[in-house]
Amino acid sequence: MKIKVRDTGSVRIMDIEGKITIGSGDVELRKQVEDSIGAGRVNLLLNLGGVSHIDSSGIGEMVGCFTTLARKGGKMKLLNLTQKINDILQVTQLITVFDVFDNEAEAVASFK
Amino acid sequence: MLSSYENIELAEHVLAEMCSSNRVEDEVTYWVGMALREALANAVKHGNKLNPDKRVFVHMVLDPGAELRIEVEDEGEGFDPERVADPTVPDNLLRSNGRGIYYMRQFMDEVSFRSGERGGTRLELVKKLNGRRTQ
Repeated sequence: MKIKVRDTGSVRIMDIEGKITIGSGDVELRKQVEDSIGAGRVNLLLNLGGVSHIDSSGIGEMVGCFTTLARKGGKMKLLNLTQKINDILQVTQLITVFDVFDNEAEAVASFK
Repeated sequence: MLSSYENIELAEHVLAEMCSSNRVEDEVTYWVGMALREALANAVKHGNKLNPDKRVFVHMVLDPGAELRIEVEDEGEGFDPERVADPTVPDNLLRSNGRGIYYMRQFMDEVSFRSGERGGTRLELVKKLNGRRTQ
C-alpha cells in the first residue's frame, strides 16, 4: 500500500493506493494518521479511489482513526469510494458514519 | 500454512487461480476472496494468536457450476461464535473490531463453525456458483 500526502489549507489529503488489509496497509494507515495528528493536522480526507482491497482490519483502522481524530477536535472524511468499498461500508452500515464525497473540492470545502 | 499474515495473500492467490481456471465470475471471486481473507485472519490472529509454530489448515474444493467449499481450521483453543456482537447495532458501529465474521456471513451462502480435530476452530464457508464467465 502507498500513501501520498498533500495539504490543502487546513485539510490533509491522503491518496491511498493498493490494499488496506491486516498486517500491512492497516498499520501504515494508522501510522500516517498518527503522524498527521503529531503535525497538528487533524482534518483528514482519505482518497480511496486507488484502493483495490480492504478487509475488516482496514475498516477497523479507519473507524479507529475517525474516532481518534474526533477526540482531537478534527474530522476524517472519505473521497472517491470504489463500488466495492462502498458495498463493504454499506453492509456494516458504516456508510452512515462517514461523510463521503466524489468531488475533492467539495470535500475540502466541507471542512470549513 | 504457518500463522503469518503474508500467507493470507498466498492462500487468496491460490483461490483466485482456482476460480479463474474454472471460469468463476470475477465478482464472485472477489467476495469469496474477502471471506477467505477474514477467515484466515481470524485463524492466525485470534485462533493461533500469531504463534508461528501453529498452523492453519486450508482446504478448498470447487465444483464448477455448483459450489465452492472452503474449510479453515486453526490450532487455537476454540471460541463461541455466538458471543460475537452484531457490529451493525448503533452501540457497536464505532468499534474498531468485530466485523470479520459478519462480512463472511454477508458474502458467503453458508458459514458454520465447529470444534476442529486439533482442538481449535473449524470454519466452513460455502458459496453457490450459479453462473460462469463466458470467457
